[in-house]
Amino acid sequence: MSSFWTIWISVISLGSILGCYLLLRWCLSNKTGVEEGKEMSHEFDGIVEINNPLPQWWTYLFILTMVWGVVYFILYPGLGSWQGLWGWKSSNQGILTIEEGKKATAEAKEQGLVVQYDREMEHAKETYGPIFAKYAQQDIETLAKDPEANKVGQRLFLQNCSQCHGSDARGGKGFPNLTDNDWLHGGTPADIKKTIMEGRQGTMPAWGATLGEQGVKEVVAYALSLSGRQVDQSLADKGQARFAICAACHGQDGKGNIAMGAPNLTDNIWLYGGTERAVTETVMNGRHGVMPVWKDILGEEKIHVISAYVYSLSHTE
Amino acid sequence: MSEVSQAHPTYNYNVVKQFSVMAVVWGIIGMSIGVLIAAQLIWPELNFNTPWLTYSRLRPLHTNAVIFAFGGCALFATSYYVVQRTSQVRLFSDKLAAFTFWGWQTVIVLAVITLPQGMTSTKEYAELEWPIDILIAIVWIAYLINFFGTIIVRKVSHIYVANWFYGAFIITIAVLHIGNSMAIPVSFTKSYSMYAGAVDAMMQWWYGHNAVGFFLTAGFLGMMYYFIPKQAGRPVYSYRLSVVHFWALISLYIWAGPHHLHYTALPDWVQSVGMVMSVILFLPSWGGMINGIMTLSGAWDKLRHDPVLRFLIVSLSFYGMSTFEGPMMAIKTVNALSHYTDWTIGHVHSGALGWVAMVSIGSLYHLIPVLFNKTRMYSYKLVNVHFWLATIGVVLYIVAMWISGVMQGMMWRAVNSDGTLTYSFVESLEASKPFYFVRFLGGCFIVCGMLLMAYNCYRTIRSTEENVQLEPKAA
Repeated sequence: MSSFWTIWISVISLGSILGCYLLLRWCLSNKTGVEEGKEMSHEFDGIVEINNPLPQWWTYLFILTMVWGVVYFILYPGLGSWQGLWGWKSSNQGILTIEEGKKATAEAKEQGLVVQYDREMEHAKETYGPIFAKYAQQDIETLAKDPEANKVGQRLFLQNCSQCHGSDARGGKGFPNLTDNDWLHGGTPADIKKTIMEGRQGTMPAWGATLGEQGVKEVVAYALSLSGRQVDQSLADKGQARFAICAACHGQDGKGNIAMGAPNLTDNIWLYGGTERAVTETVMNGRHGVMPVWKDILGEEKIHVISAYVYSLSHTE
Repeated sequence: MSEVSQAHPTYNYNVVKQFSVMAVVWGIIGMSIGVLIAAQLIWPELNFNTPWLTYSRLRPLHTNAVIFAFGGCALFATSYYVVQRTSQVRLFSDKLAAFTFWGWQTVIVLAVITLPQGMTSTKEYAELEWPIDILIAIVWIAYLINFFGTIIVRKVSHIYVANWFYGAFIITIAVLHIGNSMAIPVSFTKSYSMYAGAVDAMMQWWYGHNAVGFFLTAGFLGMMYYFIPKQAGRPVYSYRLSVVHFWALISLYIWAGPHHLHYTALPDWVQSVGMVMSVILFLPSWGGMINGIMTLSGAWDKLRHDPVLRFLIVSLSFYGMSTFEGPMMAIKTVNALSHYTDWTIGHVHSGALGWVAMVSIGSLYHLIPVLFNKTRMYSYKLVNVHFWLATIGVVLYIVAMWISGVMQGMMWRAVNSDGTLTYSFVESLEASKPFYFVRFLGGCFIVCGMLLMAYNCYRTIRSTEENVQLEPKAA
């Protein structure tokens, strides 16, 4: 902030307080020309005003808050670029990247500034870090059998994952069910952890333009037949002939491909709905699913515990 | 002073009558919508799967209707009345007065049409789209000219304190409305704010908090300064106190906006300035309450007989309560608990229902018989019933929201031994549900009271009994 603005802010904010103080001082003594407790000389529609003095307790309290205000401005940031004697900040404002944030945190520590957000994060790390460090040393399969760890994992899941996957982790349209042991990107502990850490993208291209309406109809019929659904057999046969383009991702047998996140089409589990209409929509216009990257938000240790919880959901004995 | 009726036959009472009646009508509509959306929070089915009946669209209609339609009409009515009576002169222009009435009603009707359709600028308390904003600005400037025109041609040497407050409210609302509503239209019904990011947020709450400070406080203090001494038949307690608290109030209020944006992207220095000024503001606010309540000193017994005065005095108690609560909530550490919870809603309604609505209702009960040339309201008994319905309703409402709000704040910050949050959001919502019912109940009480008021006003206006004395007798 330029010194012009600092001066501008200081003058008008301190000026407002000073102005209130001077006004108060001015009205403390009687300058009205009317004896105290007597009526003022003017009268409005029958209303008169008495020249009573200001209540003392009110006056003192008013002065007290003004003094407090000025002291606050000395101790805390407020008057433009003045940082305050206590070096307090709510956070490192104005940073744009994680690197910048880390740098700002380090610099603030060096300068002895009290950055409230950094302090709270550090406190949390010190208090709760050991719990997660302990869990991080156990592998996910062992952790998944630890009821205490699962409780922690469930809480983290409820706060961070349930918005999409649901409180019961059964998902919803476009958001995978995590309890059915059907995995788009693999269900091993390492796969689950990788999915949460790095995020995933699941893209089904739009085939409407290539296949045409009739072509889509045929392919949908075949796809539904793979899960044993009742379809028009002649349509499905034609669809099978066209299935080569689908097989590139979903495989010749339609059982999907974990490496590409291509769903298994034979298990009657449908991420975007299994009605003929929903599947037609999927083939016609494509789909695009995104699992966000969590490593920068939660950190590996917490993700380790969440992974164990998610793993446990489909591995109950 | 007890002048005989027709002492001032030249006053323009027509516009005052129009605004007074519409204040009651819009009050019932605005508060009923409030009760409906309060019910929707308990029984979501009440939106009947109809887009324009959903909470999201009715909530801005509720706030606009109670603040600008009910509160606005009450302010127009009383300011036009008070400025004439205390300046001993007819309104500057009858044409402008009629224009402000019909213009303001048009604005409200347009709000009723556009808000349920989902047309919104998305700025809280300034949701109306740009063509309506322009109409508001034109009506408001006409109001400003008419009010100050009347002050200029006044027949008394001094300007009465009520008019200082009305004047400050009119000027500041013009500045706030025009400043905050600056937008770039993309179509006739859609525009985007001219400001961006944190600046937009700051503009919005500079406007938003001063809609509270000037529309809902300064304007209604003007009302208080006329109708309390008038109804009580007592002199105003302290002229000097009114000088100090007026200037301090208007110069400090304008800073208070940033307390709506604590711990956000708003720079720390702005947050600090907003918080400090909000805390100091506590005393000028109480100055008004002291001056109003002490006006009754030596005449407390009047409260026993006069339900109108009871409305006015209890409104000041709620004013004092919410202007103590407000500065406390503006302190960052308190705000960290209260922000985004129902506590804020409780605070707003202790101000809006307890202060604004009750002082307006009291003033209207004083005004209606005078305007329509009657001795008194048709039934004091009904006024008294209304008083208790309103008081019980407000207390139910704010106590429910206090408990719910503090509980939400505590639940949101509670952590387990592993640092994870103890409660999910939906659990705090579930815990709030009983209090939402109490709030709904409080709202029902208040709307019932308003319906009684409408009936009482109707019977008063239609009664054949002619007025002998213009001044209502000091009971």
